[in-house]
Amino acid sequence: MNKLRFRVPLVIMVFGLWAILVLPITTPKLIIGVVLSVIFLIIPFPGAEVYGDLKFSFKKVAYFIAYIFYFLWAVVKSNLDVAFRVLSPQLPINPGIVKVKTKLKSSLGRLVLANSITLTPGTITVDIENEFLYIHWINIDTENQELATGKIVQGFEKYLEVIFG
Amino acid sequence: MIDIIASVVILVGALFLLLASIGLLRMPDLYNRMQAGTKATTLGSILIFLGFIILNGDNWSKYLLLIIFIFFTNPLSSHALARAAHFMGINPILDRESEISPRDDLKTEKDTEAES
Amino acid sequence: MADLILFIACSIILLSILLTFIRLIKGPDYMNRVVAFDVMTISSISLIIFISYFLKRSIYIDVSLVYALLSFIGVIAVARFSEKGDLDD
Repeated sequence: MNKLRFRVPLVIMVFGLWAILVLPITTPKLIIGVVLSVIFLIIPFPGAEVYGDLKFSFKKVAYFIAYIFYFLWAVVKSNLDVAFRVLSPQLPINPGIVKVKTKLKSSLGRLVLANSITLTPGTITVDIENEFLYIHWINIDTENQELATGKIVQGFEKYLEVIFG
Repeated sequence: MIDIIASVVILVGALFLLLASIGLLRMPDLYNRMQAGTKATTLGSILIFLGFIILNGDNWSKYLLLIIFIFFTNPLSSHALARAAHFMGINPILDRESEISPRDDLKTEKDTEAES
Repeated sequence: MADLILFIACSIILLSILLTFIRLIKGPDYMNRVVAFDVMTISSISLIIFISYFLKRSIYIDVSLVYALLSFIGVIAVARFSEKGDLDD
């Protein structure tokens, strides 16, 4: 089965969520949480190999915080764009499914990239095959695959390449 | 003063929810309804929870948990729905009048694989 | 003043649930209905938060958390079912 190292990030995340749920933390709650975390750390479960890609360094944490702000800005900007499209009387849309290519190697990085693309209005990830993403785009303005890749993926990819390696 | 700012943030979030439902009514096909529907609700509900965090600071942890939860589950469910719709063979259509299918890289590629 | 704005926001959310309900009735096939149901659930989560604020019962926030969880599982189950034809694995 998978190694102990793979399960550590997931158990830390779940412990953090549990700590938020039971605030304010008292001593008995803390003891229960630590005991449960140790039990879950010992039991191997399938699918934990994905978290083996995560490695800690201060540069990655800094890039992660920068990525959160960049991502929130992209979400607000494109939400206003879609709001304009919905409210204008002619409904100026030109939808279709385009294929773009990503440079990311790790599967966790691809997962975060696909979720970011889906959360940004105007684009939904329909399918992933190895390094190609199929994206439903509400307003196709280019026929070229490289230009589409540049418009959708590369802004996120610049940060995620550093974070997930 | 601070509660007026919080309620204005909540009002903007509610307007985004209204926008999502208008988009759901006006858009011509399933994928575009998904675009308008599931994304604007994410931003709208997150703005509403943020407003309530400013307004009612006692329960900030629960609201924060809701924000994290919606942020992680909403793209997953809309991606699963889009994938299932494409698997069922629902084609994206261009606009309300014409039934011509627009560009669809995923479908043409699957067809050429089946032919060869 | 703040209560008035909150009341207007509450009415707007009710209106959006009503508009989504039209799509839920009209939807040409069941995929459209599932999308409408998804949007309706998130609007009603916000409405439960409003109720918990007006009645000053913080336990209702947990209700909305569980409601969000259940709707997520329901949508994923419908998507898996229409993709594979059964609910195994």
